[in-house]
Amino acid sequence: MSLSVNHLLGIRNLKRQDIELIFQTADTFKGVLQRPIKKVPTLRDTTIVNLFFENSTRTRISFELAEKRLGADVVNFSASGSSVSKGETLIDTVNNILSMKVDMVVMRHSASGAPHFLSKHIQVPIVNAGDGINEHPTQALLDAFSIRERLGSVEGKKVAICGDIMHSRVALSNIYCLRELGAEVTVVGPPTLIPKHMAEALGVNVSYNIREALEWCDVANVLRIQLERQNTPLFSSLREYSLAYGVNRALLDSLKKDIVIMHPGPINRGVELSSDVADSGHSIILNQVENGVAIRMAVLYLLAGKKPEQVG
Amino acid sequence: MVCNKLLSPVINHYFWRLKLHTLKTILNGTQVAITVDRLCHQLIENHLDFSQTVLIGLQPRGIFLADRIYRTLKKLLPGVHINYGRLDITFYRDDFNKGTQLHVPNETAIDFSIENKKVVLMDDVLYTGRTTRSALDAMLDFGRPSAVELLVLIDRRFTRQLPIQADYTGRTIDAIISEKVKVLWKERDGKDEVIIE
Repeated sequence: MSLSVNHLLGIRNLKRQDIELIFQTADTFKGVLQRPIKKVPTLRDTTIVNLFFENSTRTRISFELAEKRLGADVVNFSASGSSVSKGETLIDTVNNILSMKVDMVVMRHSASGAPHFLSKHIQVPIVNAGDGINEHPTQALLDAFSIRERLGSVEGKKVAICGDIMHSRVALSNIYCLRELGAEVTVVGPPTLIPKHMAEALGVNVSYNIREALEWCDVANVLRIQLERQNTPLFSSLREYSLAYGVNRALLDSLKKDIVIMHPGPINRGVELSSDVADSGHSIILNQVENGVAIRMAVLYLLAGKKPEQVG
Repeated sequence: MVCNKLLSPVINHYFWRLKLHTLKTILNGTQVAITVDRLCHQLIENHLDFSQTVLIGLQPRGIFLADRIYRTLKKLLPGVHINYGRLDITFYRDDFNKGTQLHVPNETAIDFSIENKKVVLMDDVLYTGRTTRSALDAMLDFGRPSAVELLVLIDRRFTRQLPIQADYTGRTIDAIISEKVKVLWKERDGKDEVIIE
Protein backbone atom coordinates (compact mmCIF):
# COMPACT_ATOMS: atom_id res chain seq x y z
CA MET A 1 0.00 0.00 0.00
CA SER A 2 1.28 3.44 -0.84
CA LEU A 3 0.03 6.84 -1.95
CA SER A 4 -0.74 7.40 -5.62
CA VAL A 5 1.17 10.72 -5.56
CA ASN A 6 4.81 11.64 -4.97
CA HIS A 7 4.07 15.07 -3.50
CA LEU A 8 1.18 16.33 -1.40
CA LEU A 9 0.39 19.43 -3.44
CA GLY A 10 -3.33 19.46 -2.91
CA ILE A 11 -6.33 17.31 -2.10
CA ARG A 12 -7.42 17.74 -5.72
CA ASN A 13 -4.77 15.17 -6.77
CA LEU A 14 -5.70 12.60 -4.13
CA LYS A 15 -7.97 9.62 -4.56
CA ARG A 16 -10.34 8.39 -1.88
CA GLN A 17 -8.07 5.43 -1.05
CA ASP A 18 -5.15 7.83 -0.52
CA ILE A 19 -7.15 9.80 2.03
CA GLU A 20 -8.26 6.61 3.75
CA LEU A 21 -4.68 5.32 3.87
CA ILE A 22 -3.56 8.61 5.46
CA PHE A 23 -6.36 8.32 8.06
CA GLN A 24 -5.51 4.70 8.82
CA THR A 25 -1.85 5.60 9.31
CA ALA A 26 -2.76 8.66 11.39
CA ASP A 27 -4.83 6.46 13.71
CA THR A 28 -1.72 4.55 14.72
CA PHE A 29 0.36 7.73 15.04
CA LYS A 30 -2.33 9.10 17.34
CA GLY A 31 -1.69 6.03 19.48
CA VAL A 32 2.05 6.78 19.44
CA LEU A 33 1.34 10.34 20.65
CA GLN A 34 -0.48 9.00 23.72
CA ARG A 35 2.54 6.98 24.89
CA PRO A 36 5.06 8.00 27.51
CA ILE A 37 7.70 8.13 24.75
CA LYS A 38 5.97 9.99 21.93
CA LYS A 39 8.60 9.26 19.35
CA VAL A 40 9.42 6.61 16.77
CA PRO A 41 12.72 6.27 14.90
CA THR A 42 11.25 5.73 11.42
CA LEU A 43 12.66 8.81 9.65
CA ARG A 44 15.96 8.91 11.53
CA ASP A 45 17.93 9.08 8.27
CA THR A 46 15.73 11.78 6.73
CA THR A 47 16.28 15.53 6.82
CA ILE A 48 13.28 17.77 6.26
CA VAL A 49 13.31 21.51 5.59
CA ASN A 50 10.33 23.67 6.54
CA LEU A 51 10.22 26.55 4.06
CA PHE A 52 7.83 29.18 5.36
CA PHE A 53 7.58 32.15 3.02
CA GLU A 54 4.46 33.23 4.90
CA ASN A 55 3.60 33.56 8.60
CA SER A 56 2.35 30.55 10.51
CA THR A 57 2.05 29.37 14.10
CA ARG A 58 -0.01 26.19 14.27
CA THR A 59 0.98 24.63 10.96
CA ARG A 60 4.65 25.28 11.47
CA ILE A 61 4.82 23.97 15.02
CA SER A 62 2.61 21.04 14.05
CA PHE A 63 4.86 20.08 11.13
CA GLU A 64 7.99 20.51 13.22
CA LEU A 65 6.58 18.34 16.01
CA ALA A 66 5.43 15.71 13.50
CA GLU A 67 8.91 15.61 11.97
CA LYS A 68 10.63 15.37 15.34
CA ARG A 69 8.23 12.69 16.58
CA LEU A 70 9.17 10.65 13.51
CA GLY A 71 12.84 11.01 14.36
CA ALA A 72 13.71 13.23 11.36
CA ASP A 73 16.27 16.04 11.38
CA VAL A 74 14.54 19.38 10.93
CA VAL A 75 15.75 22.61 9.38
CA ASN A 76 13.58 25.71 9.63
CA PHE A 77 13.54 28.53 7.17
CA SER A 78 11.51 31.71 7.16
CA ALA A 79 11.59 34.24 4.37
CA SER A 80 12.10 37.22 6.63
CA GLY A 81 15.77 37.51 7.50
CA SER A 82 16.85 35.27 4.59
CA SER A 83 18.42 35.97 1.21
CA VAL A 84 14.94 36.05 -0.30
CA SER A 85 14.87 39.71 0.72
CA LYS A 86 18.09 40.17 -1.29
CA GLY A 87 16.27 39.03 -4.43
CA GLU A 88 17.10 35.33 -4.67
CA THR A 89 14.60 33.34 -6.74
CA LEU A 90 12.51 30.51 -5.31
CA ILE A 91 14.28 27.80 -7.33
CA ASP A 92 17.71 29.11 -6.38
CA THR A 93 16.81 29.24 -2.72
CA VAL A 94 15.43 25.72 -2.72
CA ASN A 95 18.23 24.22 -4.82
CA ASN A 96 20.82 25.72 -2.49
CA ILE A 97 19.09 24.15 0.47
CA LEU A 98 18.71 20.80 -1.31
CA SER A 99 22.40 20.70 -2.23
CA MET A 100 23.01 20.41 1.50
CA LYS A 101 21.38 16.97 1.24
CA VAL A 102 17.83 17.59 2.37
CA ASP A 103 15.35 14.77 1.67
CA MET A 104 11.95 16.48 1.88
CA VAL A 105 10.45 19.93 1.64
CA VAL A 106 7.48 21.32 3.54
CA MET A 107 6.47 24.62 2.04
CA ARG A 108 4.12 27.52 2.64
CA HIS A 109 4.00 30.36 0.15
CA SER A 110 1.74 33.33 -0.46
CA ALA A 111 1.65 32.64 -4.22
CA SER A 112 -0.92 30.06 -5.33
CA GLY A 113 0.77 27.23 -7.21
CA ALA A 114 4.27 27.86 -5.84
CA PRO A 115 4.75 24.23 -4.65
CA HIS A 116 3.33 22.90 -7.93
CA PHE A 117 5.88 24.97 -9.82
CA LEU A 118 8.67 23.80 -7.56
CA SER A 119 7.67 20.14 -7.91
CA LYS A 120 8.55 20.33 -11.62
CA HIS A 121 12.09 21.42 -10.82
CA ILE A 122 13.22 19.43 -7.82
CA GLN A 123 13.52 15.72 -7.15
CA VAL A 124 12.43 15.41 -3.51
CA PRO A 125 8.89 15.06 -2.12
CA ILE A 126 7.10 18.35 -1.40
CA VAL A 127 4.33 18.83 1.14
CA ASN A 128 2.19 21.89 0.58
CA ALA A 129 1.58 23.67 3.89
CA GLY A 130 -0.63 26.28 2.23
CA ASP A 131 -0.20 28.14 -1.06
CA GLY A 132 -1.91 31.51 -1.43
CA ILE A 133 -5.65 31.11 -1.89
CA ASN A 134 -5.32 27.68 -3.51
CA GLU A 135 -4.99 24.72 -1.13
CA HIS A 136 -3.99 23.74 2.39
CA PRO A 137 -4.18 19.94 2.13
CA THR A 138 -3.01 18.87 5.59
CA GLN A 139 -5.58 21.20 7.20
CA ALA A 140 -8.39 19.61 5.18
CA LEU A 141 -7.15 16.13 6.08
CA LEU A 142 -7.06 16.91 9.78
CA ASP A 143 -10.49 18.56 9.58
CA ALA A 144 -12.03 15.48 7.95
CA PHE A 145 -10.11 13.24 10.36
CA SER A 146 -11.57 15.19 13.31
CA ILE A 147 -15.10 14.89 11.89
CA ARG A 148 -14.57 11.14 11.44
CA GLU A 149 -13.32 10.90 15.02
CA ARG A 150 -16.26 12.86 16.47
CA LEU A 151 -19.11 11.51 14.32
CA GLY A 152 -17.81 8.06 13.35
CA SER A 153 -17.54 8.75 9.62
CA VAL A 154 -17.51 11.51 7.04
CA GLU A 155 -19.69 9.78 4.45
CA GLY A 156 -23.19 11.26 4.30
CA LYS A 157 -22.47 14.01 6.83
CA LYS A 158 -23.55 17.59 6.19
CA VAL A 159 -20.83 20.18 6.57
CA ALA A 160 -21.28 23.95 6.38
CA ILE A 161 -18.17 25.99 5.60
CA CYS A 162 -18.83 29.51 6.82
CA GLY A 163 -17.20 32.87 6.15
CA ASP A 164 -14.51 34.07 3.78
CA ILE A 165 -14.73 31.34 1.14
CA MET A 166 -13.10 33.40 -1.60
CA HIS A 167 -9.75 33.91 0.12
CA SER A 168 -9.61 30.60 1.95
CA ARG A 169 -7.31 27.77 0.89
CA VAL A 170 -8.77 25.82 3.81
CA ALA A 171 -12.23 26.06 2.24
CA LEU A 172 -11.09 24.77 -1.16
CA SER A 173 -9.10 21.85 0.27
CA ASN A 174 -11.95 21.02 2.64
CA ILE A 175 -14.45 20.96 -0.22
CA TYR A 176 -12.28 18.57 -2.28
CA CYS A 177 -11.63 16.34 0.72
CA LEU A 178 -15.18 16.18 2.05
CA ARG A 179 -16.70 15.65 -1.41
CA GLU A 180 -14.21 12.83 -2.11
CA LEU A 181 -15.21 11.17 1.16
CA GLY A 182 -18.92 11.43 0.35
CA ALA A 183 -20.03 14.33 2.56
CA GLU A 184 -22.48 17.06 1.54
CA VAL A 185 -21.04 20.57 1.66
CA THR A 186 -22.70 23.98 1.85
CA VAL A 187 -20.66 27.16 1.69
CA VAL A 188 -22.17 30.12 3.47
CA GLY A 189 -21.11 33.75 3.68
CA PRO A 190 -21.77 37.18 2.24
CA PRO A 191 -22.21 37.13 -1.57
CA THR A 192 -19.05 39.23 -1.97
CA LEU A 193 -16.96 36.51 -0.26
CA ILE A 194 -18.29 33.53 -2.26
CA PRO A 195 -16.93 33.13 -5.80
CA LYS A 196 -19.44 32.87 -8.63
CA HIS A 197 -20.14 29.45 -10.19
CA MET A 198 -18.93 27.72 -7.02
CA ALA A 199 -21.94 25.37 -6.94
CA GLU A 200 -21.48 24.09 -10.51
CA ALA A 201 -17.68 23.90 -10.36
CA LEU A 202 -17.29 22.07 -7.05
CA GLY A 203 -20.62 20.36 -6.43
CA VAL A 204 -21.47 22.30 -3.27
CA ASN A 205 -24.59 24.14 -2.12
CA VAL A 206 -24.36 27.91 -1.70
CA SER A 207 -26.21 29.82 0.99
CA TYR A 208 -26.13 33.43 2.10
CA ASN A 209 -27.99 32.82 5.35
CA ILE A 210 -25.98 31.50 8.27
CA ARG A 211 -29.01 30.39 10.32
CA GLU A 212 -30.39 28.25 7.47
CA ALA A 213 -26.98 26.67 6.91
CA LEU A 214 -26.47 25.86 10.58
CA GLU A 215 -29.98 24.44 10.82
CA TRP A 216 -29.10 22.12 7.91
CA CYS A 217 -25.62 20.94 8.90
CA ASP A 218 -24.07 18.42 11.31
CA VAL A 219 -20.75 20.25 11.39
CA ALA A 220 -19.94 23.94 10.91
CA ASN A 221 -16.38 24.82 9.92
CA VAL A 222 -16.08 28.55 10.62
CA LEU A 223 -13.31 30.34 8.73
CA ARG A 224 -11.32 33.43 9.55
CA ILE A 225 -11.90 36.67 7.68
CA GLN A 226 -8.62 37.10 5.81
CA LEU A 227 -8.25 40.87 5.81
CA GLU A 228 -4.64 40.55 4.62
CA ARG A 229 -5.78 39.07 1.32
CA GLN A 230 -8.60 41.56 0.67
CA ASN A 231 -7.41 44.40 -1.51
CA THR A 232 -10.78 46.10 -1.77
CA PRO A 233 -13.40 46.26 0.98
CA LEU A 234 -15.85 43.36 0.53
CA PHE A 235 -18.11 44.17 3.50
CA SER A 236 -18.76 47.38 5.36
CA SER A 237 -17.22 46.58 8.74
CA LEU A 238 -16.11 43.69 10.93
CA ARG A 239 -18.90 44.58 13.36
CA GLU A 240 -21.52 44.31 10.66
CA TYR A 241 -20.02 41.03 9.41
CA SER A 242 -20.14 39.67 12.94
CA LEU A 243 -23.79 40.67 13.34
CA ALA A 244 -24.83 38.99 10.09
CA TYR A 245 -22.49 35.97 9.92
CA GLY A 246 -20.87 35.57 13.34
CA VAL A 247 -21.58 32.31 15.18
CA ASN A 248 -22.53 32.96 18.80
CA ARG A 249 -24.14 31.18 21.73
CA ALA A 250 -27.61 32.65 21.16
CA LEU A 251 -27.59 31.46 17.55
CA LEU A 252 -26.47 27.94 18.51
CA ASP A 253 -29.04 27.71 21.33
CA SER A 254 -31.85 28.69 18.97
CA LEU A 255 -31.08 25.73 16.64
CA LYS A 256 -33.21 22.61 16.92
CA LYS A 257 -30.15 20.33 17.24
CA ASP A 258 -26.56 20.21 18.46
CA ILE A 259 -23.89 20.80 15.85
CA VAL A 260 -20.12 20.44 15.96
CA ILE A 261 -18.10 23.66 15.63
CA MET A 262 -14.69 23.70 13.94
CA HIS A 263 -12.22 26.47 13.16
CA PRO A 264 -8.84 26.15 11.43
CA GLY A 265 -7.34 28.98 13.54
CA PRO A 266 -6.27 31.62 14.20
CA ILE A 267 -9.63 32.71 15.62
CA ASN A 268 -10.70 36.33 15.52
CA ARG A 269 -12.72 36.11 18.71
CA GLY A 270 -15.91 38.12 18.53
CA VAL A 271 -15.79 38.38 14.72
CA GLU A 272 -16.58 35.04 13.09
CA LEU A 273 -16.85 33.08 16.34
CA SER A 274 -17.71 34.27 19.85
CA SER A 275 -15.65 33.11 22.82
CA ASP A 276 -18.51 31.26 24.51
CA VAL A 277 -18.86 29.08 21.39
CA ALA A 278 -15.13 28.61 20.75
CA ASP A 279 -14.59 27.35 24.30
CA SER A 280 -17.80 25.29 24.55
CA GLY A 281 -18.35 21.53 24.38
CA HIS A 282 -19.60 21.92 20.80
CA SER A 283 -16.19 23.03 19.68
CA ILE A 284 -13.54 20.51 18.58
CA ILE A 285 -11.00 23.22 17.74
CA LEU A 286 -8.30 21.88 20.07
CA ASN A 287 -8.93 18.30 18.91
CA GLN A 288 -8.26 19.56 15.38
CA VAL A 289 -4.89 20.92 16.49
CA GLU A 290 -4.06 17.66 18.29
CA ASN A 291 -5.01 15.57 15.27
CA GLY A 292 -2.90 17.83 13.07
CA VAL A 293 0.33 16.32 14.37
CA ALA A 294 -0.86 12.74 13.75
CA ILE A 295 -2.10 13.60 10.23
CA ARG A 296 1.17 15.32 9.33
CA MET A 297 3.17 12.39 10.68
CA ALA A 298 1.11 10.09 8.45
CA VAL A 299 1.65 12.27 5.37
CA LEU A 300 5.41 12.55 5.95
CA TYR A 301 5.72 8.82 6.67
CA LEU A 302 3.81 7.80 3.55
CA LEU A 303 5.67 10.23 1.25
CA ALA A 304 9.12 9.43 2.67
CA GLY A 305 8.41 5.70 2.38
CA LYS A 306 7.82 5.78 -1.36
CA LYS A 307 10.47 3.83 -3.21
CA PRO A 308 13.27 6.13 -4.42
CA GLU A 309 12.66 5.35 -8.10
CA GLN A 310 9.01 6.35 -7.75
CA VAL A 311 9.88 9.87 -6.72
CA GLY A 312 10.43 12.33 -9.49
CA MET B 1 11.38 -44.69 -28.12
CA VAL B 2 12.48 -41.61 -30.08
CA CYS B 3 9.43 -39.82 -28.88
CA ASN B 4 10.24 -40.72 -25.32
CA LYS B 5 13.80 -39.42 -25.67
CA LEU B 6 12.55 -36.14 -27.09
CA LEU B 7 9.96 -35.73 -24.41
CA SER B 8 11.99 -36.80 -21.39
CA PRO B 9 13.57 -33.36 -20.70
CA VAL B 10 10.12 -31.80 -20.90
CA ILE B 11 8.65 -34.40 -18.57
CA ASN B 12 11.61 -34.04 -16.27
CA HIS B 13 11.18 -30.26 -16.21
CA TYR B 14 7.52 -30.48 -15.23
CA PHE B 15 8.24 -33.24 -12.75
CA TRP B 16 10.68 -30.99 -10.93
CA ARG B 17 8.41 -27.97 -11.12
CA LEU B 18 5.63 -30.03 -9.62
CA LYS B 19 7.90 -31.32 -6.95
CA LEU B 20 9.13 -27.83 -6.08
CA HIS B 21 5.61 -26.53 -5.85
CA THR B 22 4.34 -29.31 -3.65
CA LEU B 23 3.18 -28.07 -0.27
CA LYS B 24 4.64 -29.92 2.65
CA THR B 25 2.74 -29.93 5.88
CA ILE B 26 4.93 -29.44 8.93
CA LEU B 27 2.19 -29.29 11.53
CA ASN B 28 -1.44 -30.25 11.00
CA GLY B 29 -4.39 -29.00 13.06
CA THR B 30 -4.01 -31.52 15.88
CA GLN B 31 -0.26 -30.97 16.09
CA VAL B 32 -0.71 -27.19 16.28
CA ALA B 33 -3.11 -27.67 19.19
CA ILE B 34 -0.70 -30.01 20.99
CA THR B 35 2.21 -27.64 20.42
CA VAL B 36 0.28 -24.61 21.70
CA ASP B 37 -0.71 -26.63 24.79
CA ARG B 38 2.90 -27.61 25.38
CA LEU B 39 4.12 -24.01 25.01
CA CYS B 40 1.50 -22.90 27.54
CA HIS B 41 2.66 -25.49 30.05
CA GLN B 42 6.27 -24.39 29.56
CA LEU B 43 5.20 -20.79 30.22
CA ILE B 44 3.37 -21.81 33.40
CA GLU B 45 6.42 -23.80 34.50
CA ASN B 46 8.57 -20.65 34.30
CA HIS B 47 6.10 -17.94 35.26
CA LEU B 48 3.73 -19.68 37.71
CA ASP B 49 0.93 -17.20 38.45
CA PHE B 50 1.86 -14.54 35.83
CA SER B 51 1.74 -11.75 38.43
CA GLN B 52 5.11 -10.41 37.28
CA THR B 53 4.76 -11.44 33.64
CA VAL B 54 3.13 -9.78 30.64
CA LEU B 55 2.42 -11.38 27.27
CA ILE B 56 2.89 -9.35 24.09
CA GLY B 57 1.89 -10.58 20.63
CA LEU B 58 3.56 -9.06 17.59
CA GLN B 59 1.38 -7.53 14.88
CA PRO B 60 0.22 -8.60 12.42
CA ARG B 61 0.79 -12.36 12.22
CA GLY B 62 1.92 -13.19 15.72
CA ILE B 63 -1.45 -12.11 17.09
CA PHE B 64 -3.20 -15.36 16.12
CA LEU B 65 -0.68 -17.44 18.06
CA ALA B 66 -0.68 -14.99 20.96
CA ASP B 67 -4.51 -15.00 21.13
CA ARG B 68 -4.48 -18.80 21.17
CA ILE B 69 -1.84 -18.97 23.90
CA TYR B 70 -3.68 -16.37 25.98
CA ARG B 71 -6.98 -18.25 25.69
CA THR B 72 -5.36 -21.59 26.55
CA LEU B 73 -3.58 -20.08 29.58
CA LYS B 74 -6.88 -18.63 30.79
CA LYS B 75 -8.39 -22.12 30.56
CA LEU B 76 -5.44 -23.75 32.35
CA LEU B 77 -5.32 -21.09 35.09
CA PRO B 78 -8.93 -20.10 35.79
CA GLY B 79 -9.30 -16.92 37.81
CA VAL B 80 -5.74 -15.75 37.21
CA HIS B 81 -5.32 -12.29 35.68
CA ILE B 82 -2.85 -12.24 32.80
CA ASN B 83 -1.74 -9.01 31.13
CA TYR B 84 -1.85 -9.42 27.37
CA GLY B 85 -1.06 -6.75 24.77
CA ARG B 86 -0.35 -6.33 21.09
CA LEU B 87 2.65 -4.54 19.66
CA ASP B 88 3.06 -3.14 16.16
CA ILE B 89 6.64 -2.77 14.95
CA THR B 90 6.05 -0.99 11.62
CA PHE B 91 7.71 2.29 12.66
CA TYR B 92 10.75 0.48 14.09
CA ARG B 93 11.61 -1.60 11.01
CA ASP B 94 15.16 -1.29 9.70
CA ASP B 95 14.13 -1.55 6.05
CA PHE B 96 12.17 1.72 5.80
CA ASN B 97 12.98 3.41 2.50
CA LYS B 98 15.39 0.59 1.56
CA GLY B 99 13.49 -0.42 -1.54
CA THR B 100 10.89 -2.57 0.20
CA GLN B 101 7.17 -2.05 0.00
CA LEU B 102 5.78 0.43 2.54
CA HIS B 103 4.05 -1.32 5.42
CA VAL B 104 0.68 -0.19 6.71
CA PRO B 105 0.79 -0.02 10.49
CA ASN B 106 -1.49 -2.02 12.78
CA GLU B 107 -2.88 -1.27 16.20
CA THR B 108 -0.66 -1.30 19.28
CA ALA B 109 -2.60 -2.05 22.46
CA ILE B 110 -0.53 -2.18 25.64
CA ASP B 111 -2.69 -0.72 28.40
CA PHE B 112 -0.52 -1.83 31.33
CA SER B 113 2.96 -1.04 32.54
CA ILE B 114 5.84 -3.29 31.51
CA GLU B 115 8.24 -1.58 33.93
CA ASN B 116 10.17 -4.27 35.85
CA LYS B 117 7.95 -7.04 34.46
CA LYS B 118 9.01 -10.16 32.60
CA VAL B 119 7.89 -9.74 29.02
CA VAL B 120 7.18 -12.70 26.75
CA LEU B 121 7.18 -11.62 23.09
CA MET B 122 5.23 -13.96 20.80
CA ASP B 123 5.45 -14.37 17.04
CA ASP B 124 4.58 -17.11 14.58
CA VAL B 125 7.91 -17.56 12.73
CA LEU B 126 11.45 -16.65 13.77
CA TYR B 127 13.44 -16.21 10.56
CA THR B 128 16.05 -13.45 10.09
CA GLY B 129 15.55 -12.09 13.62
CA ARG B 130 14.96 -8.56 12.31
CA THR B 131 11.32 -8.42 13.39
CA THR B 132 12.34 -9.43 16.91
CA ARG B 133 15.01 -6.73 16.94
CA SER B 134 12.42 -4.12 15.90
CA ALA B 135 10.05 -5.47 18.54
CA LEU B 136 12.69 -5.05 21.26
CA ASP B 137 13.13 -1.41 20.19
CA ALA B 138 9.39 -0.79 20.06
CA MET B 139 8.84 -2.46 23.43
CA LEU B 140 11.51 -0.38 25.19
CA ASP B 141 9.48 2.76 24.38
CA PHE B 142 6.89 1.48 26.85
CA GLY B 143 9.29 1.01 29.75
CA ARG B 144 12.17 -1.10 31.02
CA PRO B 145 11.21 -4.72 31.62
CA SER B 146 13.20 -6.85 34.06
CA ALA B 147 13.63 -9.57 31.43
CA VAL B 148 12.43 -10.36 27.93
CA GLU B 149 11.74 -13.80 26.49
CA LEU B 150 10.80 -14.87 23.00
CA LEU B 151 8.21 -17.50 22.12
CA VAL B 152 7.75 -18.67 18.52
CA LEU B 153 5.72 -21.39 16.87
CA ILE B 154 8.29 -22.06 14.13
CA ASP B 155 12.03 -21.47 14.36
CA ARG B 156 13.76 -21.47 10.96
CA ARG B 157 17.38 -22.32 11.58
CA PHE B 158 20.35 -21.28 9.38
CA THR B 159 18.80 -18.01 8.15
CA ARG B 160 19.36 -15.77 11.14
CA GLN B 161 20.90 -12.37 10.38
CA LEU B 162 21.11 -11.20 13.99
CA PRO B 163 22.15 -12.91 17.24
CA ILE B 164 18.60 -13.65 18.40
CA GLN B 165 17.25 -16.98 19.71
CA ALA B 166 13.88 -18.14 20.97
CA ASP B 167 13.29 -19.26 24.57
CA TYR B 168 10.20 -21.29 23.71
CA THR B 169 9.93 -23.01 20.32
CA GLY B 170 7.01 -24.93 18.84
CA ARG B 171 8.98 -26.67 16.11
CA THR B 172 12.46 -26.10 14.70
CA ILE B 173 12.75 -26.57 10.94
CA ASP B 174 15.44 -26.33 8.28
CA ALA B 175 14.26 -24.54 5.16
CA ILE B 176 16.26 -23.02 2.32
CA ILE B 177 15.86 -19.32 1.56
CA SER B 178 13.71 -19.86 -1.54
CA GLU B 179 11.16 -21.81 0.48
CA LYS B 180 8.31 -20.11 2.26
CA VAL B 181 6.93 -21.15 5.62
CA LYS B 182 3.27 -20.32 6.00
CA VAL B 183 1.30 -20.50 9.22
CA LEU B 184 -2.46 -20.81 8.67
CA TRP B 185 -4.96 -20.08 11.43
CA LYS B 186 -8.57 -21.21 11.75
CA GLU B 187 -9.71 -17.65 12.52
CA ARG B 188 -8.33 -16.27 9.28
CA ASP B 189 -7.67 -19.14 6.86
CA GLY B 190 -10.26 -21.73 7.93
CA LYS B 191 -7.83 -24.31 9.34
CA ASP B 192 -4.78 -24.58 11.59
CA GLU B 193 -1.74 -25.75 9.63
CA VAL B 194 1.93 -24.97 9.09
CA ILE B 195 3.15 -25.57 5.55
CA ILE B 196 6.35 -25.14 3.61
CA GLU B 197 6.26 -24.33 -0.10
